[in-house]
Amino acid sequence: MELFSNLAIGFGVAFTPINLLYAFVGCLLGTLIGVLPGIGPLATIAMLLPATYALPPVSALIMLAGIYYGAQYGGSTTAILVNLPGEASSVVTVIDGYQMARQGRAGPALAAAGLGSFFAGCVGTLVLAGFAVPLTEVAFKFGPAEYFSLMILGLIGAIVLASGSILKAVGMVLLGLLMGLVGTDVNSGVARFSFDIPELTDGIGFIVIGMGVFGYGEIISNLGKHASERKVFAAEVKGLMPTKEDFRNMAPAVLRGTLLGSALGILPGGGATMAAFAAYTIEKKAKMRPGEIPFGKGNIRGVAGPESANNAASQTSFIPLLTLGIPPNAVMALMVGAMTIHNIQPGPQVMTSNPELFWGLIASMWIGNAMLIVLNLPLIGIWIKLLTVPYRWLFPAIVLFCAIGVYSTNNNTFDIWMVAIFGVIGYTFIKLGIEPAPLLLGFVLGPMMEENLRRALLLSRGDWSVFVTRGLSASLLAVAALLLVIVLLPAVKRKREEAFVEE
Amino acid sequence: MRIKSQKDFFSGLLFVAVGIAFAWGATNYKLGDAARMGPGYFPLMLGVLLAILGLVVTFNALVVETEDGDPVGSIAWKPLFFIILANLTFGVLLGGLPSVNLPYMGLTAAIIALTFIAALAGEEFRLKEVLVLAVILAVTCYLTFIVALKLQFPAWPAFIAG
Repeated sequence: MELFSNLAIGFGVAFTPINLLYAFVGCLLGTLIGVLPGIGPLATIAMLLPATYALPPVSALIMLAGIYYGAQYGGSTTAILVNLPGEASSVVTVIDGYQMARQGRAGPALAAAGLGSFFAGCVGTLVLAGFAVPLTEVAFKFGPAEYFSLMILGLIGAIVLASGSILKAVGMVLLGLLMGLVGTDVNSGVARFSFDIPELTDGIGFIVIGMGVFGYGEIISNLGKHASERKVFAAEVKGLMPTKEDFRNMAPAVLRGTLLGSALGILPGGGATMAAFAAYTIEKKAKMRPGEIPFGKGNIRGVAGPESANNAASQTSFIPLLTLGIPPNAVMALMVGAMTIHNIQPGPQVMTSNPELFWGLIASMWIGNAMLIVLNLPLIGIWIKLLTVPYRWLFPAIVLFCAIGVYSTNNNTFDIWMVAIFGVIGYTFIKLGIEPAPLLLGFVLGPMMEENLRRALLLSRGDWSVFVTRGLSASLLAVAALLLVIVLLPAVKRKREEAFVEE
Repeated sequence: MRIKSQKDFFSGLLFVAVGIAFAWGATNYKLGDAARMGPGYFPLMLGVLLAILGLVVTFNALVVETEDGDPVGSIAWKPLFFIILANLTFGVLLGGLPSVNLPYMGLTAAIIALTFIAALAGEEFRLKEVLVLAVILAVTCYLTFIVALKLQFPAWPAFIAG
């Protein structure tokens, strides 16, 4: 079968010593930042992007991907042991995971999270490999109108799934789109909104926005909280092995979580966090077995389900990126940047023009998941030690890596001044209760959207109806409209608010 | 009129201001028409949309009741000031300021200065710890970025490296 020969190419690439090394580095870093509360995969990938210049593109992408799914594993450790989500996607794991830890069952909780994630990761990788080819074929049928509608769908998805106010999320997307337009207009050569600053004619670097808003903004906000809100109490871990009863309870939860996570990961705007929330809701609805511990009191399904879901979603969210060239969430938006640094235009042509990159990345994810389970279960002791490192040592280091990271992209201090501005902006967003992730997505899609809108309307001679008269485009817009309607229905709206209340 | 949600009220105003600024800026460029869009067309459209949306958010903040008024809360001036200052100092020391003929001091000095200033943003400042941290960071960065990755950073001040 073609799939297997493709995967064989992939494993051939991924099993070279250098790529194994970078997969390992990525997974290690991912676990590290996953364990540490207050620094997420978004900021880390932004920090490390410049350092990947020197690497071959496959190795760079393998490492960056490892950080993303590695963080899903690490985040659960912190959630279970210290009652703090190490990552946004582990928010729900806290509820039952920490209760289990308090009852002296931290080991089985960690094992459930680790094994569930591993299973989900393997399935997610298979889904990615299986869906990639057919979706790529669809992608070649896309014209500018379809691309524009697809981006609308992606942005609506991001808005619907953002936490907090929908209106403010729309605002952030628009703001991101506008910021993406700063710089030279490709069609007319006019430098827009650049205030005659030569550096701005190239546009605002997304690394600058990522680090300023997600790095500095977060740090300032963390430091503004009182120490008690950040305090870390680590629970003890004795014995990792879940009992037979645990296995019987968690197996169906892992399966459900994996399916749900894989599906939500593919959707534009979807991603690990939403998948975890949805999986927890489903587990709560599923029938209880006699004698099972209730939810919120340390039910192992409450750990296994969401942890499987977030890991599956973090793998399948590569599908829209690799096949259509459209990033479904902010982390994937950074991956677009990583690919463009290496002169690879994300989109359907990646599979044919760079098959070793495409399949190598997929194969590396499977290897990475295997590494992660080793990193996270037998070596759990090291990560627990790490949790005792005080924040006052960590944050100056993070500030430093952000500063070096932005400078090294262009060797220009202008970027350092820009990141300061965006740090202040990022802190403002946090203070105003606006979630910044949709901004980054809008920012990356801005120029692409304008380009496709212009082309579509040029071809239709200015007739806007082209977006609804072409079948594919119309159905994409219909799905987007449907999503909006669903989320605005009063019943769903209430549910959605409940789901995010726990954050 | 009482503001029912402070956070939303100011978010709305922010959107209105930025939307108007972009829309107004866009009118300086050629607009064109739908079939042949000029560089101003798309930003004008987005700017107007953002401003309208901002108005809706502001209006909602004045009308929709919230439990506690959604206060913005106190601003963490100290971390804000020191983190940004640390960042700016890092830039000045690393790159110098050619406009005022200030030469660069190099990566090592920049890292040490950044660590000290950033550490002032925290709740407690322990000189010895910060010193150790600064040295560790400087050595690690020198080894990773200059020795291993061979990035083109000046490591030492201009007057030493010449």
